[in-house]
Amino acid sequence: MGSLTRTQRQRAVRLTLYALFVLLAVAFVLVADWEAISSSFFLVEGFTGTWQDFVFVGARNTILYTIIAFVGGFVLAMVLVLMKLAPVAPFRWLATVYIELFRGLPALVVILFMALGVPIAFGWRPPGGTIGAGLVGLMLVAAAYMAETIRAGIEAVPKGQTEAARSLGMSGPWTMATVVMPQALRIVIPPLTNELVILIKDTSLLFVVGMAANEKELTTMARDFMASGPSAGTATSLVFACLMYLAITLPLTRVVAWLERRQKRSR
Amino acid sequence: MTTRLHPTKEVDHGAPAIEVRDLHKSFGDNHVLTGIDFHVNSGQVVCVIGPSGSGKSTLLRCVNRLEEPTSGQVLIEGIDITDPETELDAVRSRIGMVFQQFNLFSHMTVLRNLTIAQQRAKKRSRTEAEEIARGNLDRVGLSDKVDAYPAHLSGGQQQRVAIARALSMDPDMMLFDEPTSALDPELVGDVLDVMKTLAGEGMTMMVVTHEMGFAREVGDKLVFMADGVICEEGDPREVLANPREVRTQEFLSKVL
Repeated sequence: MGSLTRTQRQRAVRLTLYALFVLLAVAFVLVADWEAISSSFFLVEGFTGTWQDFVFVGARNTILYTIIAFVGGFVLAMVLVLMKLAPVAPFRWLATVYIELFRGLPALVVILFMALGVPIAFGWRPPGGTIGAGLVGLMLVAAAYMAETIRAGIEAVPKGQTEAARSLGMSGPWTMATVVMPQALRIVIPPLTNELVILIKDTSLLFVVGMAANEKELTTMARDFMASGPSAGTATSLVFACLMYLAITLPLTRVVAWLERRQKRSR
Repeated sequence: MTTRLHPTKEVDHGAPAIEVRDLHKSFGDNHVLTGIDFHVNSGQVVCVIGPSGSGKSTLLRCVNRLEEPTSGQVLIEGIDITDPETELDAVRSRIGMVFQQFNLFSHMTVLRNLTIAQQRAKKRSRTEAEEIARGNLDRVGLSDKVDAYPAHLSGGQQQRVAIARALSMDPDMMLFDEPTSALDPELVGDVLDVMKTLAGEGMTMMVVTHEMGFAREVGDKLVFMADGVICEEGDPREVLANPREVRTQEFLSKVL
């Protein structure tokens, strides 16, 4: 080895790594049971026979539930942020307690609480049935995360902006609405889009509340097509659901990356 | 339009534009101002100099209560702004302020920067506000920048826009907090020229600055601060040429 130059050594290491990769790939192809893989994960009938349900019911509902939870969560988050900035201390405490509570609990537990616990205790009939109650749970959790994100955005707006507005005689609320908030929201667009991606995946938790045929989102649909239908007894429907999730989330994560690059440039 | 500044007191145009009585300001254990008595008469240009940490910016920021005084009084045209009954926003709209870091609203065009507070705080119509804004941009020599965003302007241009923004509120007086300290040397002149013109027009001005030339040329009074108190004050040419206090002599020997 001592007689090799630096470049030669580097080339040798790279070749070894390539060889190792090829070896692993070949081993995988030889060892894998292709018969079993294709019949349990990629059953053709499973795709051709269910795609309409997956696209027009499953994906549609997943997107619908995401939008409802996101919009509801955003509105609630704005209320929480304003409470956190309130001059009256009890409002600040309340917002802090809320945020710490819902960030500290698993979303699944909150969903179960809203869908099962609260209706049983108070005879509450949530709008939209159990699924509506589950969505309220998702919304409550999303609001806690979004409130923290938006608050960080507000703190990232330089203090001089507020001082300039106040020195011109603008009131506190007007300063917040026309000077601070517009700049803060621009700052939090990438992290909020990230929040949206997380929420898309978290709608799968609604699986636990149970839903009628036309209410099913992707995960419930996949689970049910494992038990019945053209691909029953195989995991083909799970693979289908995975592909649908990726078709929604991957473009969005690309958008987040683009937004972040653009924001870095404009600074 | 007249907004009442105080439920019972009236503006007294005979009183000093700015009067500060026994002003104290502490941040925790840090006593930044320890008993300031000070006034600016209407039409005067008063320059405040001193080493960094002497409290001169804090004093300026107490004048429009961006900084809450710990004790003491600040009177603007005879109205005590430390009195909770005073309509602070209405008083502030009569006091223009220019910051070291310009603080233009970065998400708004130059024109919008100049009109937003006119519309929100002075309740002017959009047309009226824009007309006044264009007039003031013309005054600072930037009428071609109405639609630009602050990020596309040089520091000197941004500071002149900031001055035009403050002037658009028709203030009775202007506060300047080290207006040229963040500027590249070659851009300082344009800003100082605008300030000199303002002074020439009779604007009441309180200027925290390191520009001794400006103080000598246009100042009616020079105030030297150190360690939270006013050490020496008087005619700028006199103080700069023959400082009486040792502290002033030391400072001036370093900066002149």
